[in-house]
Amino acid sequence: MARFGMVIDTAKCVGCMDCVVACKTENGVPEGFNRDWITQDVAGKYPTLHMEIRSERCNQCENPPCVYCCPTGASHVHDFGGVVLVEHGMCIGCKACLASCPYDARFIHPDGYADKCTFCIHRVEKGLDPACVSVCPTHCMTFGDLEDPNSTVSRLLTSRKYHTLIPETGTKPHVYYLV
Amino acid sequence: MNSLSRRRFLKLSAGTISLAAAGYALSARELKAPAEKKRGIQKIPTYCDICFWKCGAIAYLKDGELWKVEGNPDDPLSRGRLCPRGTGGVGAHTDPDRLRAPLIRKQQRGEEIWQEVTWDEALSYIAEKMQTIKAAYGPEAVALFSHGIGGNFLKHTIKAFGSPNITAPSFAQCRGPRDVGFRLTFGEDVSSPERTDIKNAKCLVLIGSHLGENMHNSQVQEFADAIENRASIIVVDPRYSVAASKAKYYLPIKAGTDLALILAWMNVIVKEGLYDKEYVTKYGFGFDQFASLISRNTPEWAYPQTGIEPEVIRETAREMARYKPATLVHPGRHVTWYGDDAQRSRAIALLNALLGSWGRRGGFYYPVSMDVPPYPYPEYPKPAKPKVDNPNNKYPFAHETITTGIRDATLTGSPYPVKGWLVYATNLLHALPNEQETIKAIQNLDLLVVVDVIPSEIAGWADVVLPESVYLERHDDLNVEWFREPFIALRQPVIDSPHDQKPNWWIAKELANKLGLSKFFPWESIEDYFRQRLSAGGYSYEALKKKGIIRGKQQPIYFDEGVPAEFPTPSGKIEFYSLQLQKAGFDAVPKFNAPDSGPPGSFRLLYGRAPVHSFSRTHTNRILSDMMDENEVWVNSDIAERLGLASGQYVTLRNQDGVVSTKIKVKATERIRPDCVYMVHGFGHTAKGLKHAYRKGASDAQLITRYITDPLMGGTGMNVNFVTLEPAEA
Repeated sequence: MARFGMVIDTAKCVGCMDCVVACKTENGVPEGFNRDWITQDVAGKYPTLHMEIRSERCNQCENPPCVYCCPTGASHVHDFGGVVLVEHGMCIGCKACLASCPYDARFIHPDGYADKCTFCIHRVEKGLDPACVSVCPTHCMTFGDLEDPNSTVSRLLTSRKYHTLIPETGTKPHVYYLV
Repeated sequence: MNSLSRRRFLKLSAGTISLAAAGYALSARELKAPAEKKRGIQKIPTYCDICFWKCGAIAYLKDGELWKVEGNPDDPLSRGRLCPRGTGGVGAHTDPDRLRAPLIRKQQRGEEIWQEVTWDEALSYIAEKMQTIKAAYGPEAVALFSHGIGGNFLKHTIKAFGSPNITAPSFAQCRGPRDVGFRLTFGEDVSSPERTDIKNAKCLVLIGSHLGENMHNSQVQEFADAIENRASIIVVDPRYSVAASKAKYYLPIKAGTDLALILAWMNVIVKEGLYDKEYVTKYGFGFDQFASLISRNTPEWAYPQTGIEPEVIRETAREMARYKPATLVHPGRHVTWYGDDAQRSRAIALLNALLGSWGRRGGFYYPVSMDVPPYPYPEYPKPAKPKVDNPNNKYPFAHETITTGIRDATLTGSPYPVKGWLVYATNLLHALPNEQETIKAIQNLDLLVVVDVIPSEIAGWADVVLPESVYLERHDDLNVEWFREPFIALRQPVIDSPHDQKPNWWIAKELANKLGLSKFFPWESIEDYFRQRLSAGGYSYEALKKKGIIRGKQQPIYFDEGVPAEFPTPSGKIEFYSLQLQKAGFDAVPKFNAPDSGPPGSFRLLYGRAPVHSFSRTHTNRILSDMMDENEVWVNSDIAERLGLASGQYVTLRNQDGVVSTKIKVKATERIRPDCVYMVHGFGHTAKGLKHAYRKGASDAQLITRYITDPLMGGTGMNVNFVTLEPAEA
């Protein structure tokens, strides 16, 4: 069974937002909304500073609170790669999932359903990388099967230091940030 | 492929007359009737124009509608990946604020009240005015301001008309000082795309150059390669830029003192004998005089100027020397900062020369190109007068035309009057310093024509506005690039223009016809022009059309691959000491003069780029404005606290001359020195037609009332303005 994950090298990411733009055009995300975004974490006092730049999105959690809290079953774990998806037709727009997500990864689409990153499952099914990964000019993003020890994502996670976002919530996120 | 044939244009021109005077909002021009849509996915190669980098792209149509634009994997510039602006290219086509029809001014200049006219009427009007100006003042009285490859055919028309006055802000308001500084040293420009071998650099030094925010695609990709290769990165900037966050050494320099730091670095490298002695001995001219002149520029001398501690200066100088010759001290691009810019750029060239990086892997390569002969046009008429921009060779090292020199001549009528401006794809009110001088110069004109895709600020002052098709809807000239490998790229239309917009080649050709210059456009369609040029070079237009790119054979690009080490300077060597500068009355080796620190309690205004916008021309692109729809003024956190300002709060900025900006949000941040503020260039639009961007954020250009002119080459140093902050209503 595949388990898809994303590994993002924060040392290379310049926060240009190409991933955000690509997601919007690929997926027709309406104006004013986005499924991925850039965070710049600054620590220290000028001029002794450190900044981590991250391209963030739904963490495709192994332990997804958004799925557990969904009253209709619209939010579900797809059997291909464990990707968390929303069945638009079943969603009643109650926002329980928005409240449960520790990453603020979801929004209500103007058409009334909860929307978020799908890891571009429509592309992945055709053997393509998600749109954000495929356009990144710095090549800082890698997508693949975490269950396969020979995949690039697995190899990066065994050879580099990394962290995930808010791991203490116990969601087991599958977007990893190399430091 | 939706080819825009001339016959089709003529058909579209007929019957599109409206009589009512109208602002942009009341355009009577309807959307064109939709053509039959082709089902499924179509992929058409072209090259991007959201900035001037010209990345190879592939446009995707889904059921006949423009869907997305991706990089062309065959293209050496994009390597298959565009920057966010290129990825957002669809928004240029769908922008509801676009110019739709030719417009002729109905009331006072700048009031933006127009009458829609046909192309025939607009071009006849322009041609008649140009002929009147020519009869009274000569053809030289018509000047062209043109930015980017799209302007090539209009340049051709103006040369055929007989004017030598063709210019772009890219020289005197951008990279000019850099190219002059490098020419004076190595005899050659850095050129564009820059010949910087970033990906092979083992040590990369960025002085105010904010790669990653400035998204010149190939450079940012190579910057990421350098990070991957664990290159040692040294960043010098008053602001903790994105690049600074990737650096091993971040030097928080006092703005305006970069030259002092560079001199001190050279002092250390010479004094400690760390330079590439063999290279300097073999290729250098005047090294001993140079060494003696910089001997007093010690790190201790530089410290009070720059605020950078002597030990840090020494350590970073040694770091550069450790990796020589694969140490690249990047020359930057937009370098019109303080008026000493050509000499500062020359100092950067000299530092690279000491490190032996010019012509070496990881330094500066020798760009190569394909041989595609120019079209065999008739010879241009010889202008009766020299260019107007630089009378008496006041700026002896200006090797391109100075925009602000043309503006001065337009204002004063000296050395001769300029009465017509054609402006192509450059928003002069955001690009040139001191907008009031530009507006005053415009008042002296008999004709101002603006060709653009959006109703920019400069379009608002025009007599005639011509709406251009966006790049996805038009052909432009072939891009026969000078780069690390040779290639030719084609821009071709992937979709129809939605209204009555036309490509520049068509505008230039039709205008030439109206001016009686049709012999200068012997080709019927632009595809004939492409075929002629490509077949003369031995290439196939059909192949180029299909792939978008034709790549040539890799050629040597470094000295050790066989590039001859030739330096076209007067001495034929790398000029550490410049006799031509000395002869012209300038310092033969750069000297540092401390900048003015501004009125007490004010902050130096710095500006730069955001990765999602180009100049002032992308703010109505709905995809890109969705990423960033206003700029912020960066203020050091401690200063913000002292002033009682918080992030997100609106302020206005007042400059030293009392000019007050539109309101702008504060970004209180640790990422900037306390004595500067910073904003992204290009926002704060005041043109009424830019409805989506109108008065969002503030314009740095509006606040740049002062500038210091570079005595070597006429560039305008613009980081010499100071502002105070005043709270504003939300």
